[in-house]
Amino acid sequence: MSSTEEFDVTIPSDTAKGREVQEQIVGGMESRGYAPRDVFGVRLALEEALVNAIKHGNKMDPDKVVNVKWEIDEEHVRVVIEDQGEGFPIEDVPDPTDEENLDKPGGRGIMLMRSFMSVVEYNENGNRLTLEKRTDDEDDDD
Amino acid sequence: MSAGHRRLDIEESGDVTIAKFVDKKILDEGNIQIIGNQLFSLVEDDGRSKIVLDFSNVEYLSSAALGKLITMDKKVKAAKGKLRLCTVRPDIYEVFAITKLNKLFDMRDNLEQALEGM
Repeated sequence: MSSTEEFDVTIPSDTAKGREVQEQIVGGMESRGYAPRDVFGVRLALEEALVNAIKHGNKMDPDKVVNVKWEIDEEHVRVVIEDQGEGFPIEDVPDPTDEENLDKPGGRGIMLMRSFMSVVEYNENGNRLTLEKRTDDEDDDD
Repeated sequence: MSAGHRRLDIEESGDVTIAKFVDKKILDEGNIQIIGNQLFSLVEDDGRSKIVLDFSNVEYLSSAALGKLITMDKKVKAAKGKLRLCTVRPDIYEVFAITKLNKLFDMRDNLEQALEGM
């Protein structure tokens, strides 16, 4: 019953295509009975991650692609998103909740991903992101 | 991209403007752009300064949408007006709380409370 399914999809730098992949992954969670709150969090994290890859990574370049690999079963969903951009130093992203940044419009995507996912990991380059949500992840609202 | 159809339902209550989001998901870049422009236009073109944003339809919103709301808040403050958010469902409220934007925005449970003392 709990066999892990694996997928590998490459999409152009187009957020509409990104959303199709997002729907596929989220649909897989729904059909496996994931809690609505987990589905909400993963959808939000995927939206942020895919938009980042397409807009900030590939800079919407039509010649560049985004590769999305994921595996899913009843216990976890793990998604690896890789763009063909130059990457970025993760430590350079300012904390949007700092008092002086609170009213600045950008910089909240990564923070939301970290909050909703069990694992958020960038490779050294910053162009490959691994997101994982585990159902046994306690809902630790600090 | 053209102006697109209205993404906000606008109602008046005295001198307060109630703008209700039409969309369930405020995610798409183009859509967020249109929503932003329609919001800003309330202040910049129509000269409205007391505005309540009703989120009762909204089930998802991304950080790009939060960015527009922050810019809207600045514009309303610059116009010496008031901006309140209301009827934000718990999932979405969590997004505001994580990003500490619940401290920046005046958020009320429902429309009645949002209109009180506006």
